[in-house]
Amino acid sequence: MRPVRDIAIVAFGQTDHLRSTDELSEVEMLMPVLHEVLAATGLKTSDIGFTCSGSSDYLAGRAFSFTMALDGVGAWPPISESHVEMDGAWALYEAWTKLLTGEADTALVYSYGKSSPGSVRDVLTRQLDPYYVAPLWPDSVALAALQAQALIDAGDTDEPALAGVAARSRESAAANSHAQLSGSVPQGDYLVRPLRTGDCPPIGDGAAAVILAAGDRARELCERPAWIRGIDHRIEAHSLGVRDLTDSPSSRLAAERAGAFERPVDTAELHAPFTSQEVVLRKALKLGDDVAVNPSGGALAANPMMAAGLIRLGEAAARIHRGESDRAIAHATSGPCLQQNLVAVLEGEPS
Amino acid sequence: MGKEPVAVVGIGQTKHVAARRDVSIAGLVREAAQAALKDAELTWADVDAVVIGKAPDFFEGVMMPELYLADALGAVGKPMLRVHTAGSVGGSTALVASNLVAGRVHGTVLTLAFEKQSESNAMWGLSLPIPFQQPLLAGAGGFFAPHVRAYMRRTGAPDTVGSLVAYKDRRNALKNPFAHLHEHDITLEKVQASPMLWDPIRYSETCPSSDGACAMILTDRTGAARSPRPPAWMHGGAMRSEPTLHAGKDFVSPQAGKDCAADVYRQAGVTDPRREIDAVEMYVPFSWYEPMWLENLGFAEEGEGWKLTESGVTELDGDLPVNMSGGVLSTNPIGASGMIRFAEAALQVRGQAGEHQIDGARRALGHAYGGGSQFFSMWLVGAEPPTT
Repeated sequence: MRPVRDIAIVAFGQTDHLRSTDELSEVEMLMPVLHEVLAATGLKTSDIGFTCSGSSDYLAGRAFSFTMALDGVGAWPPISESHVEMDGAWALYEAWTKLLTGEADTALVYSYGKSSPGSVRDVLTRQLDPYYVAPLWPDSVALAALQAQALIDAGDTDEPALAGVAARSRESAAANSHAQLSGSVPQGDYLVRPLRTGDCPPIGDGAAAVILAAGDRARELCERPAWIRGIDHRIEAHSLGVRDLTDSPSSRLAAERAGAFERPVDTAELHAPFTSQEVVLRKALKLGDDVAVNPSGGALAANPMMAAGLIRLGEAAARIHRGESDRAIAHATSGPCLQQNLVAVLEGEPS
Repeated sequence: MGKEPVAVVGIGQTKHVAARRDVSIAGLVREAAQAALKDAELTWADVDAVVIGKAPDFFEGVMMPELYLADALGAVGKPMLRVHTAGSVGGSTALVASNLVAGRVHGTVLTLAFEKQSESNAMWGLSLPIPFQQPLLAGAGGFFAPHVRAYMRRTGAPDTVGSLVAYKDRRNALKNPFAHLHEHDITLEKVQASPMLWDPIRYSETCPSSDGACAMILTDRTGAARSPRPPAWMHGGAMRSEPTLHAGKDFVSPQAGKDCAADVYRQAGVTDPRREIDAVEMYVPFSWYEPMWLENLGFAEEGEGWKLTESGVTELDGDLPVNMSGGVLSTNPIGASGMIRFAEAALQVRGQAGEHQIDGARRALGHAYGGGSQFFSMWLVGAEPPTT
């Protein structure tokens, strides 16, 4: 589907992602990033047409945790604003639809998450079916390991190949000053077979922000806007027992609806927190070896919950801004074993 | 190219009660969604996307429940968005869904909001300690009571006005089969004799805790043309937010509420809301918020809202009926409460509100707010399609 308006990512900022940020509140973590994207465009809070954020109360450990972040935005005089209890990639999607209606020409999107205060593996069990599955506390690494084993059993990958994904990601991250893990990181011991620590994302805290603008406004704010040619997201059944874990039909459908298969892409920023998930996504998104996958290092180098998906959109856009990519796809995921997936196609104008 | 007009062609609610022990969370939401599909005479296959909202996840103890609810809401293979904007979420969720239609992303969208408070304990959910912040430890009533007191002092309203609102809304609820509280023996004296909880708010002037869900089917012009029953057309919708706490904030009449209403009226071409709007479903969790919001929404001059209430203007047979359904004071599944306001406004202009229908209602306002009077969402719906 061709969007009714041309909308672009015109600025992107992210924190350094750290294992622990005890000394910072969420608002303190977020504010420098908000200021960074506003400064990059010269916009003030009062110039922004719509604001949308993504975060999770369960990471903050309390209800209504996003209200204080809004205070940090400086919502005075009152602003047009909304929030999704999802990764910031979906906040960007909501902002994109708002801009499509013509009710706003610019949008500020941000998301943040601190995993350090609790045990994120335990916390994520709370997003499973509350009656039949959550009481068993199957954690996120164990579920990802099921998926990895299914892939190995299907002959789609093997452990050395997974180790290769990890090594490549963290080598790429060496050029990313915000990454939490980079360079030569040992693959480590088994965490949950067949996954070793190197197959799993680091646990960390971080935030990200993006500014969207429509049409000529985007051209005023950015030398080479990253135009959103299409964006779509799809969800699958929740129960792992009714899904083929070696495939990601929702990613494929979202990519198709976003127009990803119409022309080749040169870059893909995939939100694959586990090495095995990159294998699934490469196949679903039909990515050849000539595509630069996760040049930022991806979620294996930094995986701040609720922001990691938005960061994929931001990293892909930033490559277009810098002239390093002409056509990129960005992907975000939510839920166990890639249950829900979002795909955006970003393009720069020929230079 | 302008926005695609948005029509409400299906509305469904559960019977709201203190505890729905007969259904799971999935069963509860599916019940409301199926009722909305039935109203629209559509099937799950006709739905292009699902937008779901609820208040904090701690209220049920399920993190991001949309993941688990995808199957129950027929969302598998479809886009599903989860909105959370505190107490205003039910309204915001409907507005996010409306953007999908207005922006021509999808033709037909199911939007739903719920709360199943009996699964956990809302007071616990609201009382978790907050690092770096002074705990309020007062509950919602404790937070809002001083602002009600400020309103009374500022306007000189007599202390009887709050009980009039509660008495009216609880009587209206008797005409609404979905309402949680059906107090058949309600009298004004009983409201006034109920225990004082947070002075000046009495027990009978507060909302209950409910389990319940509300769903709507939103669609474009093509979808509306196929609707078996009259659609409600969206004429305006807006959200506004302001900080919870800051020196310039007017807790009695927040600027965000005024701005939000003004934006909706501008979109709808309404210049005199008191005359041009026929019915209002307003978010009134504590009875005094009716006169306060009457002023904030521009139905009364500053300081005059309580006079409208006292003179019976907001009664079911008054000339500006407010909370015909019984309102939040009679039914409060928190995350759904805002969407119920939006849906009840739509029912009125569709002529489908049953015993609490206002004859000839052509334009109705749905209103929601949340946080510390921080988040606002509203829409104005009409019986006729928008002209612009």
